[in-house]
Amino acid sequence: MELLNSLLFDYTLRTVALGAATLGIVSGALGSFAVLRRQSLLGDAMSHAALPGVVIAFMLTGSKTPVILLVGAAVAGWLGALLMNGVVRNTRIKEDSALGIILSVFFGFGLMLLTFLQRNPDARQAGLNSFLFGQAATLLISDVIPMAILGTIVLLLVLIFWKEFKLLSFDRDFAASLGYPVAWLDVVLTSLLVLAIVVGLQAVGVVLMSAMVVAPAAAARQWTDRLGVMVFLAALFGAIAGVGGAMISSLGSGLSTGPVVVLVVSGIVLLSLLFAPNRGLVWNWVRQQRDRRKLRLQSVLTNMYYLAEQHDDMAHPHAVTVLQAMNFGQGGVRRSLHVLRERGLVQESSSGFWALTAEGVEEARQLIDSRRAGKGGDR
Amino acid sequence: MSVQLEVQLIAVVVAVACALPGVFLVLRGMAMMSDAISHTVLLGIVLAFFLVGDLDSPLLIVGAALMGVLTVTLVELLNQTQLVKQDAAIGLVFPALFSVAVILISRFARGVHLDVDAVLLGELAFAPFDRVQFWGLDVPIALAVMGGILVLNGLFIGLFYKELKLATFDPALAAALGFSPVLLHYGLMTLVSVTAVGAFDAVGSVLVVALMITPPATAYLLTNRLSHMLGLSAVIGAGSALAGYWLARLLDANIAGSMATMTGAIFLVTFLLAPERGIVAILRRRQRQRWEFAQAALTIHLLHHEDSPQADEECRVDHLGEHLRWQRPFADEVVRLARRHGLVTQDNGRLYLTDKGRQTVQDAIVR
Repeated sequence: MELLNSLLFDYTLRTVALGAATLGIVSGALGSFAVLRRQSLLGDAMSHAALPGVVIAFMLTGSKTPVILLVGAAVAGWLGALLMNGVVRNTRIKEDSALGIILSVFFGFGLMLLTFLQRNPDARQAGLNSFLFGQAATLLISDVIPMAILGTIVLLLVLIFWKEFKLLSFDRDFAASLGYPVAWLDVVLTSLLVLAIVVGLQAVGVVLMSAMVVAPAAAARQWTDRLGVMVFLAALFGAIAGVGGAMISSLGSGLSTGPVVVLVVSGIVLLSLLFAPNRGLVWNWVRQQRDRRKLRLQSVLTNMYYLAEQHDDMAHPHAVTVLQAMNFGQGGVRRSLHVLRERGLVQESSSGFWALTAEGVEEARQLIDSRRAGKGGDR
Repeated sequence: MSVQLEVQLIAVVVAVACALPGVFLVLRGMAMMSDAISHTVLLGIVLAFFLVGDLDSPLLIVGAALMGVLTVTLVELLNQTQLVKQDAAIGLVFPALFSVAVILISRFARGVHLDVDAVLLGELAFAPFDRVQFWGLDVPIALAVMGGILVLNGLFIGLFYKELKLATFDPALAAALGFSPVLLHYGLMTLVSVTAVGAFDAVGSVLVVALMITPPATAYLLTNRLSHMLGLSAVIGAGSALAGYWLARLLDANIAGSMATMTGAIFLVTFLLAPERGIVAILRRRQRQRWEFAQAALTIHLLHHEDSPQADEECRVDHLGEHLRWQRPFADEVVRLARRHGLVTQDNGRLYLTDKGRQTVQDAIVR
């Protein structure tokens, strides 16, 4: 309650939460496209590649105004993306290696410049360091407003190009055959991703920004098969993680915002992987168990039918041991028999001997007929 | 040995030790796994540190290597659920593990010499100050550790060269012949983890990626042979290490960052100028093919109309624009090239095929 109170009335925390929410929404939405296009790690590479841009922007202008630094970050990230594209298209180097090269070389270059600045006594480079791990706690409202404006522009552009991006993400070749300029759309979408990353840099830092691109989208993917819903959910998860992480990190000392936000969003992913309906692992397990039980029941029922057919009397009782032998390796025969008795399909004529009832015979016959008809025993 | 020389030696050893397993990462399309591993080994180190309470214990390397293998395993498990694709699986696993490590360090290991900046960025310049007695020699710990890892990498690749080669280029055949690609995969990943731990102490985790991926990718543009690629990667890695060291001295900047910058610079130069696969070579080849094709088109055109009644009209430079849709300057240039190669002769704007030209064009058509 106190936390909620301070969220509403504490100016600093409200600012931080707003900033983190903006970052989560924008990176979640854009991340959806990256994940669907199997470019999850592009975010990782772009955010690292932004570092030299930040440092160069500072070297050129001598200003630490976030807007200027972010412009530098965007330019560098964008350049990295273009270079990566050029390498992949023109050489036999695969995408993963190209990503690794851009990521590490740009970052190393940025680091070299940063240390070069740090040993230069004139430069007040403090604050640049926060780009590594992010310091949401130091966000001011004057930082959040540009983030929000940039974020809104990015989201608007996504809306405008919605149809094109959707087609590009699911069937690039079809989009090309329809005459869409897919190469340009690629560039636009990548540029938007770079902008989304830039929005988050200050709060989460370059090292962990990649998680904010991948995780909300991967979580959202588990809950839906519709792109619109996925983008919305990813934005929502991103916002929850951003605000939650920012608040938790404001509680303890020495908790950088970046890692906490990443852990919160990783938790959301874990829950989604386990419990999302239809796709989730737990859901899958339950369904598997149910199917297995149903199959066991059916197999006991039909086995009894086949046995009974050997006698003139369809109500001829059979020993449990015989049924167990026929169902070798599957087990659960006794339990299946009790379930079948509750449904009135079998009866225990004497201890350890079971027979089909009239309904049981009918049920088993239908089951066998439907199997023969090739429809599968869907009863 | 002077401190400077020692730093350079460590840099070279680190670079070569990283480049060797990196070759297989690049070839197998698993380059980004090095990024993941080099981040998560931090968690292994932290956990092992909590266990033994000693930052110099060799158990830390064991813990880190285990964590590297665990990372690979987690990525594959996640991939096997088919709920997320492999790239997303990598992107989910390593930031989470890395975040745990960062939080553990900042909460419980303050004041210990284990700060995140150092892990990410590394500082090679201080490496010679931690020393150890080794066979009566006084050597920096980093040199001893990385030397050991280099030998380990060399041994592994030397012993399993044939198996690695086969499993890399034809995993199905390797499996059919009874090698275990899975075992080799995890062996390689263990090697990458161990190398990452040893190296990131010196150069930091992100730059481990630079040293593992960039030199092999550069070598990949220069050769088609695995053995040459291994050798070239090592040479390029060592070269970047030395050049990076001097660049860092010049700028008074971080050595690891400069080394990464130099690997990038060498890659860029190779990307542009590599003999066959460089951008310039590709552009020149395209350009040459364009002119060759135009000359072929010209000679075919001439051959086609040579003995026809309209020959005088068709075989004129002025006519090429109409027939082949060539701009005049382009047509002139093609004719000039064709004359220089002795394919055609020109007389008052009328073009004649030479014997050589006729021979060439007939060869071209038959082909």
